Amino acid sequence: MATTDSACIVGMYEHPTRKAEGISLAQLHADVARGAIQDAGLSLGDIDGYFCAADAPGVGGMTMAQYLGLNLRYSESTETGGSSYIGHVRHAAMAVAAGKCNIALITCADNQVATRQFLGLGGVSWRGAPEVPFEDLYYAGPAALYGLVAQRHMYEFGTTSEQLAWVKVAASHHAQHNPHALLRDVVTVEQVVNSPMVASPLHRLDCCVMSDGGGAIIVTRPEIARTLKRPLVRLRGAGEAVKHNNGGKVDLSYSAGRASGKDAFAEAGITPADIKYASLYDSFTITVVMQIEDLGFCAKGEGGRFVADGNLISGVGKLPFNTDGGGLCSNHPGNRGGITKLLEAVRQARGEAHPAVQVPNCDLVIAHGTGGSLAGYHGGSTVILERG
Amino acid sequence: MTDEPKRAASPEIWPEAQPYWEAAAEGRLLIKTCNNCGEKHFYPRPFCPFCMSDDTAWVECSGGGEIYSFTVTARAPVFQAPALITLDEGPVMMSAVIDADPAGLAIGQRVRVTFVPTADGQPIPVFRPE
Repeated sequence: MATTDSACIVGMYEHPTRKAEGISLAQLHADVARGAIQDAGLSLGDIDGYFCAADAPGVGGMTMAQYLGLNLRYSESTETGGSSYIGHVRHAAMAVAAGKCNIALITCADNQVATRQFLGLGGVSWRGAPEVPFEDLYYAGPAALYGLVAQRHMYEFGTTSEQLAWVKVAASHHAQHNPHALLRDVVTVEQVVNSPMVASPLHRLDCCVMSDGGGAIIVTRPEIARTLKRPLVRLRGAGEAVKHNNGGKVDLSYSAGRASGKDAFAEAGITPADIKYASLYDSFTITVVMQIEDLGFCAKGEGGRFVADGNLISGVGKLPFNTDGGGLCSNHPGNRGGITKLLEAVRQARGEAHPAVQVPNCDLVIAHGTGGSLAGYHGGSTVILERG
Repeated sequence: MTDEPKRAASPEIWPEAQPYWEAAAEGRLLIKTCNNCGEKHFYPRPFCPFCMSDDTAWVECSGGGEIYSFTVTARAPVFQAPALITLDEGPVMMSAVIDADPAGLAIGQRVRVTFVPTADGQPIPVFRPE
């Protein structure tokens, strides 16, 4: 079943906190749920589908269903790291199209900064994961797994640190307009490449922030969406894929986005040239460059040249991206950025982004997530959204 | 008195990988090959991830390989140069390069396996420049 024309995003909310002192994990999820339900003009009793990933406390969606008082016909807790929530939109679209639920709620939230737990990927257990004894002993922290990809990209395609730095520079240009962003100072290429090396060739300013917070999205059928008061944002196409180390036949030159993007564009019946705004997962600058290539905004290997010289800055370049400041400058709750990619894509499609970064005539937008490890297994989730 | 080098956490040893770790303790690197389709794979499974056959066998590697990619993490407590190594037998494995000037590392560089003890003594394979 095509998800095209099958669903609309009618509600969204982003938690303003970046360090959730004094707010429990369950309350954070409830806060974003209530915000999105109110944004849609709905009430609690309207929600009959709930989607969450492992950052939600307890058992799948049941714990939060009880806490919130949800009466569910459908619940799902697909876990693909930071890309989970973008995949949830696709799954919710299929569920509402199939009549399995009418109005679906998706939440993401985490408070590991405030609680000083630093659990990595919020909520995930690696108990019994077979790769751990063969891989995890050799590196400390996720940056190494992205440094491996960046090093290889430089080797194969001649990508430079200065080109990667442009991704952060563009994000910082946008973040200056976001009062909630953790890092609001505009930075230069020189500041990025002169910041301390974390996992070569990635510097500190090539890495996203660590933050608390979260967000929520409401998905429903078009006939219900048209009865609500918010601007219509339709799902035009979606795709998902999982990439892994393929039994040792490792190829770090591409990500799961190559497959998920292909499916999403095919379903939408459009090409990358039609996209006015892109929310791209920005755990690290290299993640953005890889996705731009894999989604087809430029040829493989050309991503470094594509992002240079402000090409991602709204009002300046050809592909405005992450106009909220993204994970590189604003927030990355629970080390899971997928929900924030959806939120800013919906704002842009609605025309509700900050005026300084709102893309004019923003009728077609894309949100893409890379969840997990770019050098190991990861999910790629893509949605293409259309205004009206 | 010199400081002991910091040791990595010890691997959790699954029953299916017991021969791999026993060989590592003897200074030998094993990978799996499939008797049905002929493909070699890493990390080792009790079946072939390419054809699902359970007719797999352990083979001993020559120990040589080249750097597929690497990253220098100067502040890491144990290994400062995590790397993916393309074994001469074909599969790529996660490991680390030791005893090398990080500034001199390069993709394509020849390396050879060696073994270092982890916290409980179990050796794990790492690589040093040839």
